[in-house]
Amino acid sequence: MLFQPVNKNYHEFCIIRDKDLCINCKVCVRQCSYEAHYWDESRQKVMHDNTKCIGCHRCEALCPTAALNIVNKPSDFRTNSLWRPVFLQNIYKQADTGGVLLAGMGSPVDIPVYWDSMLLDASQVTNPSIDPLREPMELKTFLGAKPKRVKIVTGKDGKPELKTKLSPQIELDVPIMFAAMSFGAINFNLHRAMARAATETGTVYNTGEGGLHKSLYKYGKNTIVQVASGRFGVHLDYLKAGVGIEIKVGQGAKPGIGGHLPGEKINDQVSETRMIPIGSDAISPAPHHDIYSIEDLLQLIFALKEASEYKAPISVKIAAVHNVAAIASGIARAGADIVTIDGMRGGTGAAPAMIRDNVGIPIELALAQVDQRLRDEGIRNKVSIVAAGGIRCSADVVKAIALGADAVYIGTATLIAVGCTLCGRCYTGKCPWGIATNDPKLSKRQNPDIAAKKLANLIRAWGHEIEEMLGGMGLNSIESLRGNRDKLRGVGISDIELDILGIKHAGR
Amino acid sequence: MKAPDRYYDFQKDISGCGIFGVIHKGRGMISGEIPIQGMTCMHDRGNGLGGGFAAYGIYPEHADQYAFHMMCDDDNAIEGSEKMLRTYFDMHHFEPIPTRKILAIPKPPKFNRYFVTVPEKPVNEFAELPEEDYIVAVVMKINATIPGAFVVSSGKNMGAFKGVGFPEEIADLFCLDEYEAYIWTGHNRFPTNTPGWWGGAHPFTLLNWSIVHNGEISSYGINRRYLCEHDYLCTMMTDTEVVAYELDMLIRKHGLSWEMAAKCFAPPFWDEIEKMDEKDKELYTTLRATYGPGMLNGPFAILVADNNRLMGLNDRIKLRPLIVAEKDEMVFMSSEESAIRDVCPELDRVWMPKAGEPVIVDLED
Ligand code: SF4
Ligand code: SF4
Repeated sequence: MLFQPVNKNYHEFCIIRDKDLCINCKVCVRQCSYEAHYWDESRQKVMHDNTKCIGCHRCEALCPTAALNIVNKPSDFRTNSLWRPVFLQNIYKQADTGGVLLAGMGSPVDIPVYWDSMLLDASQVTNPSIDPLREPMELKTFLGAKPKRVKIVTGKDGKPELKTKLSPQIELDVPIMFAAMSFGAINFNLHRAMARAATETGTVYNTGEGGLHKSLYKYGKNTIVQVASGRFGVHLDYLKAGVGIEIKVGQGAKPGIGGHLPGEKINDQVSETRMIPIGSDAISPAPHHDIYSIEDLLQLIFALKEASEYKAPISVKIAAVHNVAAIASGIARAGADIVTIDGMRGGTGAAPAMIRDNVGIPIELALAQVDQRLRDEGIRNKVSIVAAGGIRCSADVVKAIALGADAVYIGTATLIAVGCTLCGRCYTGKCPWGIATNDPKLSKRQNPDIAAKKLANLIRAWGHEIEEMLGGMGLNSIESLRGNRDKLRGVGISDIELDILGIKHAGR
Repeated sequence: MKAPDRYYDFQKDISGCGIFGVIHKGRGMISGEIPIQGMTCMHDRGNGLGGGFAAYGIYPEHADQYAFHMMCDDDNAIEGSEKMLRTYFDMHHFEPIPTRKILAIPKPPKFNRYFVTVPEKPVNEFAELPEEDYIVAVVMKINATIPGAFVVSSGKNMGAFKGVGFPEEIADLFCLDEYEAYIWTGHNRFPTNTPGWWGGAHPFTLLNWSIVHNGEISSYGINRRYLCEHDYLCTMMTDTEVVAYELDMLIRKHGLSWEMAAKCFAPPFWDEIEKMDEKDKELYTTLRATYGPGMLNGPFAILVADNNRLMGLNDRIKLRPLIVAEKDEMVFMSSEESAIRDVCPELDRVWMPKAGEPVIVDLED
């Protein structure tokens, strides 16, 4: 074996090629955007370099003879519960580069997943469960401020006459929305797919901070447009294009820092949509430079309301941090109609690994506290709560709603639905699945028709499952689940955790 | 208000029940025998852990005074509650509630009734409150601070009689066959998880409202949190409390009609709303969007009464029985037709109200 420096040797994956099956077709060579497979002229066969593999499983999936297997490298570091392998690898890397460690996707670190510590209820005997196949089951959700009370007078005709005007709402057929992922971070094929899937399933997608491609304005009824600190692609028509406007203050994967879309990802279309030159880096500052306190946020909220003629509810998205409940209360009082809370397991195209893995708190705790605080202050009706960051399945959605969310955003799950394998290298622009890349060769791997279908399928499947769980609990409408923590029980968590979540332990 | 610590840690009442109600639209007096017989017919719908009745028009000579029905475990509770009533009210009359000694209930609590009014210029912490809120505040204070004392009802010209036992036994205990009222409601309870507690039996009352309820409100967990936001604290471990407080909030505080309140409890489905004309669509969309957390989800049939009307309401998919019948000026509402036929074999009209459609019967004044 050739001598290799230590950081070369301790790569993460091994490519196992079954020599009997491999027919040297070079599919893997073409598929691997990391160039781990190559054609060896002298040997006249396909060879590979394990050190380059990032474990995306693209080659394995596309190999026509199933000759490939990607496995974790079996060679282990010496067992050490303090110096776990990731720390060694990181130090080797940084000693070489002198740079900040970058990471993509949500944090893989082992912090408690409270979804898994909460169990749902079901009806037995004294209240019948309801069969969604036979009875209506309602998931319709309205996002936006609600009045505290409704005024109705009896009209001359003896009929009730409504005197309270509902402020603008975002109407959802299912309480699941596609999370903000900017055009640029993911490519146009996927933006189009999200727009179409949202339209088909009666929900909305969020543009993310990269503006809205001109061909997607027609999906406005199913679009929330985002305004982030970089203000990319923000102009009057954009603000009026959707049914909601979201001010992005923070992101769960990287609370407290901004964003950086490398110049390589800025092609002509991205450039046009974002309104920045081709090839220039798109840098979102950490704070909004016009928001240095809550009163500034208030002004921005009302500036956007003015611009959109009070036709769209304004959402403010924040990362789940320690004082999230107080912050959310401030946001509600500043005039926002929706607060979106993004937990620390939320995904990202690129974030410094230290921040992604160490800053913020899990969404479950944040959500429980925000909902309770807003109720305690009597202002829960002023805002809808949207929870995001690490929602993996419909049961997570049900639990989030029972904790108090009005709806959820799914980002990572959206990408997984179109093939993402969580390799965590979205920041390289080489996404082998054609997702987090604008390279035309790679993004072609996403067919927008197929992607739209898969996304719509996912929403429908989760919707059915939610109906099933709801009916099982003896409920036939989602608003009776929302904040109904009596439908949740904790398992294996401490008193203090139960108290923060506001739920009883299983068995009680 | 801010939810008290560990507000999520509560035990919920789970039960099935039988309910019966009758109203005479012309204020004709109906003997207690009728609801007693109706409830007796539905004996099997309870298990002896709770029965009760509410009667309207029983105190004509004190019609302008609040009739406090007090239940006390011992003399200290009597003394304490009496003292508190005298502190907060002008007292016009009081007496023990007549009871019989019966075999089935060897050791009942002690019952007294007090007829009171709010002093013209009260000097106390509730002085600023409007009259009805003042009454509610005192009721809550007695229940919360005087051990062993419980306000069974506190409305005008009405009263609730309830306890642990079958309804016919409770009726016997309170000599209800000797009362006459123009509205009666009755309740037979089949709790499956809560021990019998006299205060926990139905009817549940608040001011002039009385409610009997058959069902389990699956949305209880959010209903009680929603009510807490509106300063109602649920402490009684019963679904019915939720119904009472929501009625109070929707009708008395927010000024909705009974029909509209019923539509908050059991709103039309979205696909029904979709088919309405623009005006109604907006009305019901606003109503649902605003009062969604107060919607009563799960199986229920409830009877709500006050001094002027009786309302019956089912959940949106009618998971509990409720039947209505008319005979001359009387309207009956019951879990079972048998109970109505038993007290009044010949009826003018009998029908099953549709799911979620309230049946409201007003007095013809
Ligand atoms: S990076 Fe992906 S495509 Fe390339 S070898 Fe590894 S698993 Fe295969
Ligand atoms: S989007 Fe692409 S690069 Fe990012 S984790 Fe998924 S597969 Fe990897």
